[in-house]
Amino acid sequence: MTWLAAHGTEVVFWGFGGLAVVSASLCITRRNPVFSGLWLIVTLFSIAALFVVLDAQFIAVLQVLVYAGAIMVLFLFVIMLLNLGRQVTTDLKGPTGGGIAVGVAGVLLFQLLILRRAAPSEVITLPAGSVARLAQEQGLVASIARPLFDAYLLPFEVTSILLLAALVGAVVLAMRKL
Amino acid sequence: MLLAPALSVSAVLFTLGVAGVLLRRNAIVIFMCVELMLNAVNLTFVALAQQLGVAGQLFVLFVMAVAAAEAAVGLAIILAIYRHRHTVNLQNINLLKG
Repeated sequence: MTWLAAHGTEVVFWGFGGLAVVSASLCITRRNPVFSGLWLIVTLFSIAALFVVLDAQFIAVLQVLVYAGAIMVLFLFVIMLLNLGRQVTTDLKGPTGGGIAVGVAGVLLFQLLILRRAAPSEVITLPAGSVARLAQEQGLVASIARPLFDAYLLPFEVTSILLLAALVGAVVLAMRKL
Repeated sequence: MLLAPALSVSAVLFTLGVAGVLLRRNAIVIFMCVELMLNAVNLTFVALAQQLGVAGQLFVLFVMAVAAAEAAVGLAIILAIYRHRHTVNLQNINLLKG
């Protein structure tokens, strides 16, 4: 019991991390796009749990609302609309394409795992637990909202224009016959 | 702190996304793999935000906004292609192939 109390965070982290990896690999190998989408939703939920472990509770809520809620519903809606749920043949590539994919992915994984050792320099690193302390002092949302409406106000406004452009573009593309 | 484990999980998820893009032919599944890659990057941002300040979490917000815009436009394009060619299999969409 004492071991679990001391390592509870690690256990939760590796549990949800493992779940994310397993469901992501199921997502890219299922033949039926509907199953792929459902496994991707499991992955997104596990990543939201990882965000909670990493002291980003507000981002975790947004992950569930925006990704698992809105974006994945959009995906499943399009899959159902195009009636892709009854795939008889697989769309996985053959042995040549699969070999290339596995090779490229292996090289990339090797590089990324080397990059993992590059820790941020001591000069810019904050003391341990300072983000959690900031959230406790100012509140969970306020600690993110303050820099968003202060130092990052311009990117925030540009994002609203981007969303408007995407909205108009989606309506035009879906309406007109290309 | 869990920085190195989070970066490892993120690296594996990103690699799985790349493998999915290279492995599949269905345009919608490829699109979902791109979302998986964006999520892996978000995990990196959040993991580093623990040490480098809350701005990393802010960038996750911006990535989510871009992902939402990308999903809306991309799925509209896929719908338009499907209406035109009655398939979303990228093997059959080779108009630009010489």
